[in-house]
Amino acid sequence: MAIGLRLSPRERRNLLWGLFFTLPWIIGLLWLLLYPICSSLYYSFTQYNMVRPPKWVGLHNFQYMFTDRHYWRAVSNTMWFVIVAVPINIAVSFLLAELLNQKIFMRSFWRTVFYLPTIVPQMAAAMLWLWVFNPFGPINGTLARFGLSAIPFLSSPAWVKPSLTIVTTWICGGNIVLFLAALQDVPMQLREAARIDGANWWDEMLHITVPCVTPVILFTVINGMIWAFQFFTFAYTITGNGPGESSLFYAVMIYDTFVGTRMGLAAAMAWVLFLIVAVCTFVLFRTSARWVYYGGD
Amino acid sequence: MVSSTEPRAEGTPGGGAPRQVIRPQWWKRGVVRMAASRVALNALALTLGVVFGMPFYWLVTSALKTSQQIFAMPPVWWPNPIVWDNFPRVFTTAPFGLYTWNTIQIAVPHTIGIVFSCTMAAYGFARIQWPGREILYGITLATLMIPGVVLMVPMFIIFRQLGWYGTYKPLIVPAFFGSAYYIFMLRQFFRTIPPELSEAARIDGASELGIFARIILPLAKPALAVVALFTLIGQWGDFMGPLIYINKMEQYTIVLGLFRFMGDRAHETDWGIIMAASTLMLLPVIAIFFFAQRTFIEGIHMTGLKG
Repeated sequence: MAIGLRLSPRERRNLLWGLFFTLPWIIGLLWLLLYPICSSLYYSFTQYNMVRPPKWVGLHNFQYMFTDRHYWRAVSNTMWFVIVAVPINIAVSFLLAELLNQKIFMRSFWRTVFYLPTIVPQMAAAMLWLWVFNPFGPINGTLARFGLSAIPFLSSPAWVKPSLTIVTTWICGGNIVLFLAALQDVPMQLREAARIDGANWWDEMLHITVPCVTPVILFTVINGMIWAFQFFTFAYTITGNGPGESSLFYAVMIYDTFVGTRMGLAAAMAWVLFLIVAVCTFVLFRTSARWVYYGGD
Repeated sequence: MVSSTEPRAEGTPGGGAPRQVIRPQWWKRGVVRMAASRVALNALALTLGVVFGMPFYWLVTSALKTSQQIFAMPPVWWPNPIVWDNFPRVFTTAPFGLYTWNTIQIAVPHTIGIVFSCTMAAYGFARIQWPGREILYGITLATLMIPGVVLMVPMFIIFRQLGWYGTYKPLIVPAFFGSAYYIFMLRQFFRTIPPELSEAARIDGASELGIFARIILPLAKPALAVVALFTLIGQWGDFMGPLIYINKMEQYTIVLGLFRFMGDRAHETDWGIIMAASTLMLLPVIAIFFFAQRTFIEGIHMTGLKG
C-alpha cells in the first residue's frame, strides 16, 4: 500500500477502475486456478477417497505411478501422439492452406469444407468416425469389394493410434485458417524475386514460405502439444483405452483414476503432466529464437 | 503463382536461346505447364475435399438407411429407399428432446457468463492504464498453458464440498469468472479501437462505466458475437464437464445422452438412431456456421498472432 499512497489521483482512479473491471477474473484466477493448482499439489501427497479426510502419504503416489506398468503405457501412448499426430496435423494443415491459397475453382467452398470438421461437436465426430472405421464402413466395404482384407482400424493395437491420428488430422481447420492468414502475409516481392532467380516450388517453400510462417508454426506446435498431452474425448469415446491399452492416454488414465476416487493419485498424475507441459513449452520458447523468424516490418 | 510469372514471360522472347526457338510460342510461355498445374491443383482440391467431406456424407446417408442397408455388404452408397424413420425414433427411444433442453439450460447462461466476465476483464486490460496491469495480463496469458485435466480433481473437490455435484452449477458458475482465451481475444480487439475515443469522452466528463457501456461495447458487438458463438458451440459439444458433474439421467446433455445411449447394450447396434442423433446434433452448429461464417473466420484472425 505504500506504493498506493504515492499515486496521483488520476493513477489511483485508474487503478480502482482497472481492478473493478478485472475483478471477476481476479477472483476466477484465485478461486478456480491458483487455489485448485495448489490444493492439487497438496492432494498429490495424500491418499484421498472423498469419504475419509486426506491422509498424508508423502511421495507414495509418485512412487506408485512411476513403478506402474500401465502408467508408462499411458505415457508412451501420449508421447506417440505428441510426436506423431501433432506434426502430421500441422504439416497437413500447412499444405492444405497452401493449396487453398492458390487460385482454384470454388475456393471459398473448399475452405468451408475443410473448416467444417472443426466446429463439429467432438461426440458427433467420434460417432461418425466409429461408424466410418467399422467393418461395414465405406473404407472397409470398398476394400472388400476389391477382394482386399479389412483394415482393423479400431481393433488392432497397431492401428488404433494411426486411426485416431486420422480423426484428429481431419480436424485441422483451425490451423488451416491460421496458416492461410500467414501465407497471405508472405511478401509477394520475395516470392517473385525467388522465381526470377529460377527457384522451383520446393525451393520457394523451403527458403521463403516456411521461414515466413514460422511464428504460426511455433504457435500451432505449442497449442497442439498442450492439446495432445490431454487428448481425451476421442480416445475415451471411440476406443475406451483398448485394444490392450494401446489407446490408454494420459488424460484417460487420470480420468479413470479419478472415477475410482483415488484423488491423491489422480492429482499426482495431473501434476506430473503439468510439469511436463511446462517444461516442453519452456524449451520450445527458448529454442524458438533460433528457428522462428519475425518479419522486419 | 500463375499471374506473377506472366509479365516476365512477355519480356523474354528476345532471349534467343536456340532451345526456345524450336518450341512453339505457347509452350515457351509455359501456357501448357500453367494449365496443367491448374488442372492438377483443382483435381487435388477436389480429391481432398471429397476425402474430408466423405464422413459427413456417410453420416447423413446412414441416418436415412434401413437397418438392413446400414449393415449391407458391400456398403450402400445411396440409401434406397430413403427412410426418415430414424429421426422420430431418436426422440421416442431416448429423451433426446429433454437432453436438448438441458443442454440449452447450461449453454445459454454459460455463454452469458463468459461474455460478461471476459468483456469486463478485456476492457480493464486494454483500455485503462493501471499499475500492475501488465503483470496480471502476463499471468493471464501464462494460464493458457495450464492443461485443463490438471484442474479436474481439485475443481471436483471444490464443487462437491459446495454441494454442487449433480447440479448444473459447476458447468455454469465458473463462466462468470472469465476465461483466459476469450479475454485475450477481446483484448486484442479492444486495442484496435482508437484511444482518442475514450479520451474525448473522458474530457466530456463520461465515467469509465459510461465509456465502457456507451462507446466501447457498441463498437465491440462483432467481437462479442464471435465470443458468444464460439462459447455456445463449445458448450453444445462439451463432453468432459457433463461427464464429470452430471449423475442423473434426466439431467443429461445431448452429448452425454448420446454417449450413454451408445454404451447401453440395448441400443448398441442401433446405428440408425445414433447416426440420426449425431446428424441432429450437427445441424444447428452447421446452420450457425453458415449463417455467421464471416464472423467465425474473423474471430480466428482476431486471436491474431500479430497482436
